[in-house]
Amino acid sequence: MDVKRRHLIGAAGALAALGPRAFAANVGSTGELGFAEIPAGALAEQMLYALPGKVPLIKKSFRPPNFETPIQYFRTAITPSNAFFVRYHLAGIPQPMKAAAWSLSVGGDSAERPMKFTMAELRKEFKPAQVTAVNQCSGNRRGLSEPHVQGVEWGVGAMGNAVWSGVRLKDVLAKAGVKASAVEVVFDGADQGAMQATPDFVKSLPVDLALSDQVLIAFEMNGKPLPHWNGFPARLIVPGWTGTYWVKHLVSINVSSTPEKNFWMNPAYRVPRGMFPMPTFKSQLYAANEPITTMVVNSLITSLRSGQQIARGKPIEVRGLAWDGGNGIAKVEVSVDTGATWQAAKLGKDLGRFSFREFSLSAPTREPGARVVMARATSQSGETQVEQLKFNGAGYHNNLIQRIYLEVV
Amino acid sequence: MKKILAALALLAAQGALAQEDKIVLKDGPGKEKTQVCVACHSLDYIPMNSPFLDKGGWTATVNKMVNAYGAPIAKEDVEAIATYLAENYGKK
Repeated sequence: MDVKRRHLIGAAGALAALGPRAFAANVGSTGELGFAEIPAGALAEQMLYALPGKVPLIKKSFRPPNFETPIQYFRTAITPSNAFFVRYHLAGIPQPMKAAAWSLSVGGDSAERPMKFTMAELRKEFKPAQVTAVNQCSGNRRGLSEPHVQGVEWGVGAMGNAVWSGVRLKDVLAKAGVKASAVEVVFDGADQGAMQATPDFVKSLPVDLALSDQVLIAFEMNGKPLPHWNGFPARLIVPGWTGTYWVKHLVSINVSSTPEKNFWMNPAYRVPRGMFPMPTFKSQLYAANEPITTMVVNSLITSLRSGQQIARGKPIEVRGLAWDGGNGIAKVEVSVDTGATWQAAKLGKDLGRFSFREFSLSAPTREPGARVVMARATSQSGETQVEQLKFNGAGYHNNLIQRIYLEVV
Repeated sequence: MKKILAALALLAAQGALAQEDKIVLKDGPGKEKTQVCVACHSLDYIPMNSPFLDKGGWTATVNKMVNAYGAPIAKEDVEAIATYLAENYGKK
């Protein structure tokens, strides 16, 4: 049986299996979006819930708060701040604080002189900087892993794209002085575990990345102060790299001559060596695996739901977003015939190589029957989405091509 | 029980969301011991990670909570908690 025919039978079968459930609007169902479904227990447990200052988001867990952005907020390239996903590792999250009460320490054994900055000092002493960048949790789409793996069972909404404003990390580091011995720069936020024994959430970056133009200490998101849940009053912005490095409620920065080896650097947030196309975190290669670094190329169709019926003669309007780890999107191709043929979608405005890129394509429908709609993004470096899941124990980097089952009637 | 009370006191200190109280675990042997998980996280983590772990998977998870995260679970309670989780939230 050829591939196309096999997929078409699969499409009809999937439509039948979806049945009335396809229209039941299960909160946060990924099956309805054309992906593998999240675990049944996760689907049953989650609900829409509004944290203070947020619109209702998909609740994954109350404490620590983990909330996912519903699909309708991905219909624009910039994700509204009040719909932006929320992710914490530890239950001891800081209470909302006044920016004036906050300060940032900079030091470490490879810093020339320890320093402390208030918000007013950071804003006054350093040149403003801005970047539009996708912040995506390393575990986004973990719930789609086959077989399932444990963790927060994210669907597709543990991500967002915003305009981040603040100052350059390298300018702040320069003030404290970076010695030649520096290997990594280590970041700590104001959150903490419920137990003394719980490892504090601390992350590090290679010193060359920390000293590059692209990393920011941000105070603002989409032109307003950061929402509390997204790291007020200051957080790290590491364009291209997964969300784990974007430390929230940032309180200390240490320039270090040795690799940071706490739990969150190893064994957490690691992938099998060489499995994914991403830069290597060289000082962290002391174990059998390697840290996750940049995002893989990916896309999300936001205009269609699996099981949807389209009246014959009306076009299938395929719209969505594409992004990658910082090379920028070269093209998005769309198929409405289960991958037998692909057409180039129209790309939206280029908001920079770290941003979501909108895409759209209108496909006519002449004959009735099942259709499988797919989108495949390719980055400027030639990386493209995978046809088979690269399974890994933490469920990271799932960029399997989406399959939305439609019926033309 | 003392541990659970201590855990609940911690909850208040963490500013837990009121909705968290509505999460109820299934009844079964070992449920009370399992409630100690609220010391560090809301109990929705349990159904969220179901039903795909077998007894070995749940045992590994409980051990990870103790060894990596410092969960206040006595060594002798790991078995009872993992059995409860496998029975009520495990792969069938």
